[in-house]
Amino acid sequence: MSDNGCGFPAPGLHSFLFQPIFTVGGFEFNKVMLLALLTSLVVVSFFYAAFGRAKVVPGKAQMIGEAGYDFVRRSIVYETLGKREGEKYVPLMVSLFFFVWIMNVWSVIPLAQFPVASVIAYPAVLAIIVYVLWVSLTFKRHGFVGGWKNIVGYDPSLGPIKWLVSFIEFFSNLLVRPFTHAVRLFANMFAGHLMLVMFTVASWYLLNGWMVPAAGVSFVMTIVMILFELFVQAVQAYVFVLLACSYIQGALAEHH
Amino acid sequence: MIANLVALAAEEEQNPLIPPGPELLVGTLAFAIVFFFFAKKLLPRINKTLEERRELIEGGIEKAEAAQTEAQSVLEQYKAQLAEARHEAARLRQEAQEQGAALIAEMRAEGQRQREEIIAAGHSQIEADRKAAAQALRQDVGQLATDLAGKLVGESLEDHARQSRTIDRFLDDLEEKAEAAR
Repeated sequence: MSDNGCGFPAPGLHSFLFQPIFTVGGFEFNKVMLLALLTSLVVVSFFYAAFGRAKVVPGKAQMIGEAGYDFVRRSIVYETLGKREGEKYVPLMVSLFFFVWIMNVWSVIPLAQFPVASVIAYPAVLAIIVYVLWVSLTFKRHGFVGGWKNIVGYDPSLGPIKWLVSFIEFFSNLLVRPFTHAVRLFANMFAGHLMLVMFTVASWYLLNGWMVPAAGVSFVMTIVMILFELFVQAVQAYVFVLLACSYIQGALAEHH
Repeated sequence: MIANLVALAAEEEQNPLIPPGPELLVGTLAFAIVFFFFAKKLLPRINKTLEERRELIEGGIEKAEAAQTEAQSVLEQYKAQLAEARHEAARLRQEAQEQGAALIAEMRAEGQRQREEIIAAGHSQIEADRKAAAQALRQDVGQLATDLAGKLVGESLEDHARQSRTIDRFLDDLEEKAEAAR
């Protein structure tokens, strides 16, 4: 794949593999792990600067922080779960949103240039947390039998096909849902990163002789893709949190 | 070439959908850090601030409302006072007008009375003067006529009572004629 005869270093799965920076007792610490930890550092330090010494009359950082916090709280959590039920999940959703978003943003930061979420482990961890939360909430709210009825969408009014519906619901809710939740974010970032690497490498590769105009086109595409990726990064963070909220909302809803 | 082969070998066993264990661990840790700070430190703090701000704003609104109520009551009081003052002024004006009219009427009546008095006095004066003049004239004319007749007849007729009556009768005739001609 990397050697296709013309010497073009095409990006591929190997673009997502990193040599360890250092190894401690068999534990290989690589660039993605570093970026994941930097994500925590960036998010926590920004919000510490914003909210650490929160004032009634906000400064610049606090104003930006409040805008972001308010966006997640009102536009996502309150919209789906309501103010009364949703209040409890605001910290989780705010953390999820900014964590995912900054993980994605590394994609276009010089030197980092890698979206952490394009490695499945990171979205998977978050999806598992959400999964465990909504499944346990379902049983806590509706009891054992009620919980199962809620998950499989048991509805006696459907007659004989209720068993088929229940089976499909069981499959889609309990088995496929966490997978799609994680993969949606992962695949978007994965594909985005491939595109960016593709155009960046091509801009450099085409930069000789009569191919220079093509290199220019490729470079323009790189800029366009960076802008597009910035958009997708935010949208994917938003979608991830919105889905998490809607899963919890489904778990808390009365089964019909 | 060897490097390529190594990469190729790595690729073959690389499935992008199978999460590697260590990365799961780091991801959990990284997210836990963020969640811990948000849930335990930062969001409670900002919520407290937002609550304080809300209370401040509500307090401000309450204060403004109180001030407005007070201003309203003051305005009403002022308006009532103004209306009262206007009423009073109107009453005074009315009174003054009435007084003025009465005064003028009184003065007019007085003037009228005085005028009539003066006219009446003038009339009686004129009448008296006319009578005195007529009396004097009658005497003078009688005297003159008597003197003239005496001179004509050559004898004095002054003491003659009949003659006196004759003159008076003559003058009365003259007057009657003058009255008739008029």
